[in-house]
Amino acid sequence: MAGAASALFLLDIKGRVLIWRDFRGDVSAVQAERFFTKLIEKEGDPESHDPVVYDNGVTYMFIQHNNVYLMTASRQNCNAASLLLFLHRLVDYELLDEMMDFGYPQYTEAKILSEFIKTDAYRMEVTQRPPMAVTNAVSWRSEGIRYKKNEVFLDVVESVNILVNSNGQIIRSDVVGALKMRTYLSGMPECKLGLNDRVLLEAQGRTTKGKAIDLDDIKFHHTATNVEIELPVPADATNPNIRTSMGSANYAPENDALVWKIKSFPGGKEYMLRAEFSLPSITAEEAAPERKAPIRVKFEIPYFTVSGIQVRYLKIIEKSGYQALPWVRYITMAGEYELRLI
Amino acid sequence: MSGHDSKYFSTTKKGEIPELKDELNSQYKDKKRDAVKKVIAAMTVGKDVSSLFTDVVNCMQTENLELKKLVYLYLINYAKSQPDLAILAVNTFVKDSQDPNPLIRALAVRTMGCIRVDKITEYLCDPLQRCLKDDDPYVRKTAAICVAKLYDINAELVEDRGFLDTLKDLISDNNPMVVANAVAALAEIQENSARPIFEITSQTLSKLLTALNECTEWGQVFILDALSRYKAADAREAENIVERVTPRLQHANCAVVLSAVKMILQQMELITSTDVVRNLCKKMAPPLVTLLSAEPEIQYVALRNINLIVQRRPTILAHEIKVFFCKYNDPIYVKMEKLEIMIKLASDRNIDQVLLEFKEYATEVDVDFVRKAVRAIGRCAIKLERAAERCISVLLELIKIKVNYVVQEAIIVIKDIFRRYPNTYESIIATLCESLDTLDEPEAKASMIWIIGEYAERIDNADELLESFLESFPEEPAMVQLQLLTATVKLFLKKPTEGPQQMIQVVLNNATVETDNPDLRDRAYIYWRLLSTDPEAAKDVVLAEKPVISDDSNQLDPSLLDELLANIATLSSVYHKPPEAFVTRVKTTVQRSEDEEYADVGETGYSDSTGRAIDSSGTTTTSSVTAATKQPAPAPTPPAPAAAVPDLLGDLIGLDNAIVPVDEPTTATGPPLPVLLPASTGQGLQISAQLTRRDGQIFYDMSFENNAQIPLDGFMIQFNKNAFGLTAGGPLQVPQLQPGTSARVLLPMVLFQNISPGPPNSLLQVAVKNNQQPVWYFSDKISLLVLFTEDGRMERTNFLETWKSLPDSNEVVKDLPSVVVNSVEATLDRLAASNMFFIAKRRHANQEVLYLSAKIPRGIPVLIELTAVIGIAGVKCAIKTPNAEMAPLFFESVEALLRG
Repeated sequence: MAGAASALFLLDIKGRVLIWRDFRGDVSAVQAERFFTKLIEKEGDPESHDPVVYDNGVTYMFIQHNNVYLMTASRQNCNAASLLLFLHRLVDYELLDEMMDFGYPQYTEAKILSEFIKTDAYRMEVTQRPPMAVTNAVSWRSEGIRYKKNEVFLDVVESVNILVNSNGQIIRSDVVGALKMRTYLSGMPECKLGLNDRVLLEAQGRTTKGKAIDLDDIKFHHTATNVEIELPVPADATNPNIRTSMGSANYAPENDALVWKIKSFPGGKEYMLRAEFSLPSITAEEAAPERKAPIRVKFEIPYFTVSGIQVRYLKIIEKSGYQALPWVRYITMAGEYELRLI
Repeated sequence: MSGHDSKYFSTTKKGEIPELKDELNSQYKDKKRDAVKKVIAAMTVGKDVSSLFTDVVNCMQTENLELKKLVYLYLINYAKSQPDLAILAVNTFVKDSQDPNPLIRALAVRTMGCIRVDKITEYLCDPLQRCLKDDDPYVRKTAAICVAKLYDINAELVEDRGFLDTLKDLISDNNPMVVANAVAALAEIQENSARPIFEITSQTLSKLLTALNECTEWGQVFILDALSRYKAADAREAENIVERVTPRLQHANCAVVLSAVKMILQQMELITSTDVVRNLCKKMAPPLVTLLSAEPEIQYVALRNINLIVQRRPTILAHEIKVFFCKYNDPIYVKMEKLEIMIKLASDRNIDQVLLEFKEYATEVDVDFVRKAVRAIGRCAIKLERAAERCISVLLELIKIKVNYVVQEAIIVIKDIFRRYPNTYESIIATLCESLDTLDEPEAKASMIWIIGEYAERIDNADELLESFLESFPEEPAMVQLQLLTATVKLFLKKPTEGPQQMIQVVLNNATVETDNPDLRDRAYIYWRLLSTDPEAAKDVVLAEKPVISDDSNQLDPSLLDELLANIATLSSVYHKPPEAFVTRVKTTVQRSEDEEYADVGETGYSDSTGRAIDSSGTTTTSSVTAATKQPAPAPTPPAPAAAVPDLLGDLIGLDNAIVPVDEPTTATGPPLPVLLPASTGQGLQISAQLTRRDGQIFYDMSFENNAQIPLDGFMIQFNKNAFGLTAGGPLQVPQLQPGTSARVLLPMVLFQNISPGPPNSLLQVAVKNNQQPVWYFSDKISLLVLFTEDGRMERTNFLETWKSLPDSNEVVKDLPSVVVNSVEATLDRLAASNMFFIAKRRHANQEVLYLSAKIPRGIPVLIELTAVIGIAGVKCAIKTPNAEMAPLFFESVEALLRG
């Protein structure tokens, strides 16, 4: 079980090591580079490759971020979930030491880490001590924070994932929600958050009475805004002739798609789009099938949650007894909203 | 070009390194700091700035934390290549470890731990001791990890200095992050040690569970991972533990969730109440589902783990199959894993929906994914009898699309379906035959040919179909040839008409005379003989009923599955392999490499002209080092020094095992061992054994051979008191020995347990018993060689001082008349392999005099002088050690080593 990363690498798109940090001295940069360039050569696109690869006694785990790869190497049976998650949290090279010691993740709270930064751009003026929060019981908050106005902004964000088959049948639907809080609160306050019972009961694994709501039971009476519908078209489509009853639609040849945008889409309404394309190419009957992209939809519904979750109360208790203002906002967004085509 | 000319050249012409050197030595702080930054920048992009070592280290004594950090970073990087210079930094390190600023104290200890140079390690002990008890938790948490670093470099030192106990005390620290790091360090040390170090008692358990609620997300992972090894005493304790861990399932960090799942699953094995188990299964489903909203790489790890979890507890996700339906944008590695889990969760209840999905996937573009989807349909058909017909109809629909690789894959799985449900679905054969000419992959071809042979009596034109393949017989891959051979024989046995008769002759001829493949030839000859002697017998053999195949989607062996579940979230669970299959340990402590030795040769002047040329060229010491490393190895032929004082000894050769991959010493192989208990004495049991040293640990390498008539089991071992208190460090693990079999084991040994009084001798008395025989006694000899520790290398000056400090009465000399030294190098190699480290050599007339050092446990040095004439028998061996009583044992061992 025990085990940690031997080294951390930042590689460029061709697999060359840009910078690296050695924690245990048992995997060299040359070795890692040789492995990774080989991987890229062989697979062409490492994105299609498993993110955990074993080569010559060493396990490499990597993620891609823009044009660089972040990669760890280990010779032990280390915690893969923890290291991969760590890579995703990683941002700043100078912080590697604070964030990982001898290959063990330490801290990733951006706020606290920023206190460690000692470069010209951000110089601490107070005497240099380890940020208190580093070894506090609360890892995410330093002591002695003060604000003039004490406020809390709570966003209840839900994203709707849906998958509709080519015959119109909904085969999968779920909602992933997050409560995002931005706080401007002095001192070390305690926040108590109360939600409506139904959701809480489900979170505790108990079933609610009656059947759980499925997405297709819900009628959207709220207005969706910024709706964007991406309709895939064949790669060789030309001469678009498009008519819509609402919003605007444009052919986006770079995505092989027709993009239909509607600013505001009230519940219960129906809109039409009619588009005609010319397909000039002739293809062989036995040609490999074309990519079958689904129709994808993006939208937002403000002031609404699909799950029905509601904030009953948000109490802020601090020993100084100040009054804080809680602000709550609800929003529903499209997550992976896909409709397959025949 | 140097000296007074330099003012004519702008600094840029001077080259980067000398320029940086100037700046580093500047009296202005700003300039100095910028220079260090430039050096670090050059280092991180891979330029070699090691020649600036001294200059950079000189900047280390600064109040500026930023500068200090950078210098430390530099040190970690280059200390390996400049171990002698790294020692210059030690004083500052020790001072920094007492700095009033806790950041600096922690930084100093952390950095020292990263410098893997033996000499520095010694100086690390005192600062580390202090920092482990520091007032500031930040320093303590850094020191805790540092103990694991030190253990990696020098385990013995850690144990001798009592760091393990201090580390264990930190488990009760009032700061949760310190607790978490102490746990991580202990868990790692335990992993690398054969004896129990970190055992979790019910007290530690309760402390750690309390710390769990308070520490950072990563700390929670360390603690959960360590605790999952804990075996609860009974169901009640298990339930209590689970209750305290369950809230972790709600954590936003996926690693915390997976580690909590691991721990709950471990404890569930003990819980007997079905209600509790059912409830827990219900609670684990939502967090596992949520993992699939994480980043794709993490989803991948989660999916590999879910694959294991559903094999043990299928109910957890029985109703969640939709979560595993592939999204359009999922990376291919996520899709592949989802597919695997869909097959495992497919049931009569959800199969229709699952088939629709598979069909959808089978029309996508990624060939590997499409093939896997087609295979998945086949596997569902085999797994779910009632759904088999629906699966087949989906496969037929896919065949009709006529995408070549889909057709081929479908034919392969249909063959399996025919084997699972014989004589049920032959009606579709006609459809399959339509695609015959498009088959170009061996496996698909072989499958189709098997189908034709198996159902030859129901296919009217079976002979024509097979014949079409025969033309290309010699060019076909082996797999297809074997199937063609068998299918033709089947056809002939079922329809013994003229056509098949001719065909079989062609095939048998091709498969015997015309082929180089022994498998094919053997099979052909067997058929040939069967057919020619007894065609009825041939029918019984070739057309015999086949055993029914089963679904392979739950393929993991239960004991392996247990082990993998205990390793959830780790690489082991991703690979589906036990950790020992891929964990490799490399010793990384830096010792002198050969390159540096040649540099030494250059400086001390005991070398050929190459070395002298460098020396006289007037460049600085550092650059001569760099230059000398590029020279080919000069053969050292040092002239005899005037006096026998070894301070002029030149030529050092590092014969060290700087990098040694070490295997887990559970089973042993190797050269045969000396027989200590012959079978004639041991009622058929023969025991051979020898003490051996591997990776700093003494083992008793034993081999047991059972020549008796009965199986032997329950082996146990005991050692009598002996001069070094050697005894078994763990139980003897010999499996049951069947008659005629043998087993070889490595028994870890520990020292100083039960020391016999009196002068040391090499006698080792051993008793072995088993459940079937009386106790056997035998004696072995302790070779001093296995006691020599890996840290026995001495500095030249240290060697000299020690030699001088010991009274002459401690010097013992012995002639070893029968030993011949034929090559100094080979002899040194052999000595180094037994941890006798070469210090220096000199020539005295025609004699070679070698100086070596070794250390026996408890840090007792042994200084060795060997005098020999190359190629002529007779070696004079002199040793000096505080413990002169050891001398006879030493000579005995060295004589054996040099002779052998």
